[in-house]
Amino acid sequence: MSNIIELKNVTKKFGGITALNKASLHVGAGEIVGLIGDNGAGKSTLIKTLVGVYSPDEGEILIRDQKVSSWTALKAREAGIETVFQDRALCPQQSIVWNIFMGKELTYPFGFVREKEQINEANRLIREIGFTSKLINADSPVGNLSGGERQGVAIARAIYNKAELIILDEPTNALSLNETQKVFDFVKNVKKSKRSVLFIGHNIYHVYDISDRFVILDRGEVVHQLTKNDVASPEELMKIMRDTIVQH
Amino acid sequence: MNKESSVINKIFHKNGRAFGSMGYFIILMLIFLIGAPEAWLRPNLHQSVFVMMPTLIFLVIPLVFLVASGEIDLSFASTYALAAYIFAILVKSGIDPALAILAGVISGAVVGALVGALIVYGRLSSLVASLGVLFLLRGLILVLTQSRSITMMDELENHWVYHLLVGNFYGFPMQMLWALAFVIFSYYLFNKHVFGIHIHHVGDNYVSAEQMGINVKAVKIKTFMFVGLGAGIAGIFTTLITYSFFPTQGFGYLLLALAAVFVGGTPYWGGLGTIAGAVFGVGVIAYMEVGVIAVGMSGVWRQFFNGLIILLALLGHRLHGDRVR
Repeated sequence: MSNIIELKNVTKKFGGITALNKASLHVGAGEIVGLIGDNGAGKSTLIKTLVGVYSPDEGEILIRDQKVSSWTALKAREAGIETVFQDRALCPQQSIVWNIFMGKELTYPFGFVREKEQINEANRLIREIGFTSKLINADSPVGNLSGGERQGVAIARAIYNKAELIILDEPTNALSLNETQKVFDFVKNVKKSKRSVLFIGHNIYHVYDISDRFVILDRGEVVHQLTKNDVASPEELMKIMRDTIVQH
Repeated sequence: MNKESSVINKIFHKNGRAFGSMGYFIILMLIFLIGAPEAWLRPNLHQSVFVMMPTLIFLVIPLVFLVASGEIDLSFASTYALAAYIFAILVKSGIDPALAILAGVISGAVVGALVGALIVYGRLSSLVASLGVLFLLRGLILVLTQSRSITMMDELENHWVYHLLVGNFYGFPMQMLWALAFVIFSYYLFNKHVFGIHIHHVGDNYVSAEQMGINVKAVKIKTFMFVGLGAGIAGIFTTLITYSFFPTQGFGYLLLALAAVFVGGTPYWGGLGTIAGAVFGVGVIAYMEVGVIAVGMSGVWRQFFNGLIILLALLGHRLHGDRVR
């Protein structure tokens, strides 16, 4: 099984602080990987480096086993990697349709936007996701939506682009039980369609439930890589995590 | 609710700010019409507005783009004069005015791009940095010209490009038609083109825009470049109309253009802007300039009323609500 993406010994520093220290991580095709770690462990930095928002100070990034240089957010999206960021990465004053197509607008030659097509697609997506109420249409500004609905827009954006790898950074944060269940259903659907997910969370039970493999990050270092066979229960995973933090 | 009224509702809701500035324009026109019907119905009053309005439109519309992107620029008032100066010295050195116009406009765009690059890569405040550029360029022009004007009556009077750009079209000033074309082009660029849409995203939340792969720096530099381009066009149109370049040219437009942006309903915080609103904003500002005198008041009242209308307009636009987050 080839890797969709691989990070090799990546280091990222902010001023004097080392946020990532020789971290390595890979996601294979059709795999669901859970990335866990305490607050400040470097999860978000790792994700942002992975998807080209931050450029690493050291280390390599490989896409389908090919080393890439000058990795950017746009290149990551073009390579079939979509991210639902922790902050949702939305523009609240703009419409749902503009947010769904942000950075990847459907255009005619010379850059004019295919408005009708975008609106039809956006309406289809928000129905498909089922996050949003019937009163909401593609023209509504995102700022009028609830937290769960905003998450729906961010997820709709990720699925529209038919990504091979979807990265979900704390996707269940601040969501209701019902909405959280929708996120899980979504992840399971992605897995069924043989695509990959990298799931970041600090709720161990959530991560254990849906992941095939776990990566534990602590103070910028990858301290454990375990498959589901290695860990019998979320409690055991929790124990492993706690022990490493103490030892570290 | 029937379908028709919901469509009207939707249009009004989406364009509330533009309708607001249209309202101010209509009210202002009514006040002047009632206050001085005779002066108001005389065509030469409107002709003087028709000189000022296109110039303001070429300045203000790109500024709407820039404010929507979350930045501001003051240097355009000097870029305006620089483009006019380059045009003037090229014409005086015997180059065809059509080519000189092209060179002038391009120089405006280049200056705009340089200002943008300075602000974006130097991570400077656009307000303060462009204030610096405003003085720097104006100072440069004053040094180069030694404060002397350049008149080009002979070179321009009978040239085809003069008639094409600022001549008469069945009694209607050509510059108004060009300004109208510029407004329509800008409307589509701002609302239907990737460039304009990315400006909205960058001004709304540049972190999100960056995460979604939009090149925020490039968008900002291009927007500054557009402001420089508009300033270049404005400078050259005015120079053509008056046949002359003078070194303090454009300075008077600095605050009027900025006022027109905000009277036009574009909020200062970025992510939103309205082209149609800006056109009415320009209308308000341009008619204020002549209207105060037309209704028989002394010209010393002009600034007072300009200030009053800016404040009233801002309070009115407040009704469209605060920034949503």
